[in-house]
Amino acid sequence: MTKAAEWQLALPLALCFVSLFLAPLLLLIGVSFFDDDKITQPGFGQWVKFFGDPFSYKVIADTLLLGVKTVCATVLLGYPLALVYLDAPPRLQKILIFVIVMPLLLSVVVRTFAWIVMLGRDGVVNQLLLSLGIISEPLRLLQTELGLVISLTQIEMPLMLLPLISVMSRLDPNLRDASAALGASRWRTLFTVIVPLSMPGLVAGCLLVFASSTTAFISQTVIGGVRLIYLPLLIWQQSLVVFNWPFAAVASIALLVSVLTVVSALSWLGRRSSGHLQG
Amino acid sequence: MGRQRSLADLSYTLVIGTLALLALLIIVVPVVIVLTTSFTEGRSLKFPPTGFSLQWYAELFDASKSRQIHRAVYNSLEVAAWSTGFGVLLGSLAALGLARSRHKLARVGDSFFMSPLVLPGLTFGLAALMYFTLIGLRPSLNLIIAGHMIVTVPFILRTTTASLSQLDPALNDSSQSLGASWFYTLRRVTLPLIAPGIFAGAFLAFMASIDNVPVSLFLSTARTDMLPIRMWGMMESTLDPRIAAVSGVLIAASFLLMLIMEWTVGLTRRMRD
Repeated sequence: MTKAAEWQLALPLALCFVSLFLAPLLLLIGVSFFDDDKITQPGFGQWVKFFGDPFSYKVIADTLLLGVKTVCATVLLGYPLALVYLDAPPRLQKILIFVIVMPLLLSVVVRTFAWIVMLGRDGVVNQLLLSLGIISEPLRLLQTELGLVISLTQIEMPLMLLPLISVMSRLDPNLRDASAALGASRWRTLFTVIVPLSMPGLVAGCLLVFASSTTAFISQTVIGGVRLIYLPLLIWQQSLVVFNWPFAAVASIALLVSVLTVVSALSWLGRRSSGHLQG
Repeated sequence: MGRQRSLADLSYTLVIGTLALLALLIIVVPVVIVLTTSFTEGRSLKFPPTGFSLQWYAELFDASKSRQIHRAVYNSLEVAAWSTGFGVLLGSLAALGLARSRHKLARVGDSFFMSPLVLPGLTFGLAALMYFTLIGLRPSLNLIIAGHMIVTVPFILRTTTASLSQLDPALNDSSQSLGASWFYTLRRVTLPLIAPGIFAGAFLAFMASIDNVPVSLFLSTARTDMLPIRMWGMMESTLDPRIAAVSGVLIAASFLLMLIMEWTVGLTRRMRD
């Protein structure tokens, strides 16, 4: 085989992707244009039904908001941890990275289950808050959005930390020393030097956390319960409980489009901010 | 001025330190709590656990009482093994093909193969269910293997491409100019050098398959039950305490795997870069 013909090695995978990935997705779009759940009457009925119902907009908005809240919480806690990692001696860094990567290898279902034990009426969080005297009676945390955001913060945290740490460890340490030598406080160095330079990692982390938390079906249903309805639960109910495939197809296209819109907006911002720095 | 600065620096250390500590606690504490409660003597999963016993582990490992769980574990392992195997074969071939190509299509192909990472898995899962059903295939483990291969191959592609990009092209050229065939060069020069990359990718793909929910949710049935879906069933409605024991086993397994991968291919270094 010559060097020019090497690209042909990608053909088997391309074939698999066309027949097992592209074809199903195109079929999904096709199915959405059928009015009845037997998939015999073509029409726009399901699109009209989905987008004519204010409830659908509420579900979409709730889903996207859940993603935004989780992103904010992971940034608020993850960014400082990444800063500490950056300043830590090598030995401590090794332990920290192990602690950060480990939950990523642990099943999402296990991490979700952990929060059932943590957030229950007599769970660890309530016990702690009661003993500290912050609250006088147990908070209801399971089956609330607050509880779900707390859980997702832990579940998605590694996705925020890995890109952040990857970008931050490549920063020139001299920049921080120079900033300090020129009289900037550590806060000023953080916001004028470190944050702008770590923007690509921050954006990548936000992107991963957003995409993952908005589609975290198991965490959403188990911790959020059935009263908090997000798009994944709606898709599951419509396809595997009600068996209205065309409607489920419309809902899953809505999920795809709304998540991808936010993700591409974020990555556009990321490219813009890194371009700005180099320019 | 100097005092102001040290005050500002003190507040920095305090605020950043507290938030980082909180982040560490939120990462570690739930895992530790689950591990401890799994050894409870009681019938409910409360913390602190009442007494110490291995009853839930005993029940979990009992072949007749937990047959469904065992079935799901075997299915998950089988699917992960096959989908990773196919993924390694097709993925590393594709990486070899695309990494050195300067063609515009190579970049398009690369983003096409990577797209399952950003695309909501549920959308693909539902699409795959409709597709397989409408072309008349009955639900089986083979279909789940195919679905998992699609969503996990990006991991293999990414690490293999990264290893290939660090490979010195002069090695290839000198091997070929010394008369080695293309295949001999691949086998004796390229593959040994990119093997750690492929291995790391295969590991990530295997773990992603074991943990996959969105594809299994739609493609698995009662007969082809998968572990995460089974565990979801154990948490819905009434909580089955054996889930704590399953979690305990999985925590221990991922901890061990992580150590092994760290020693063999330096996993954390690879994930950071």
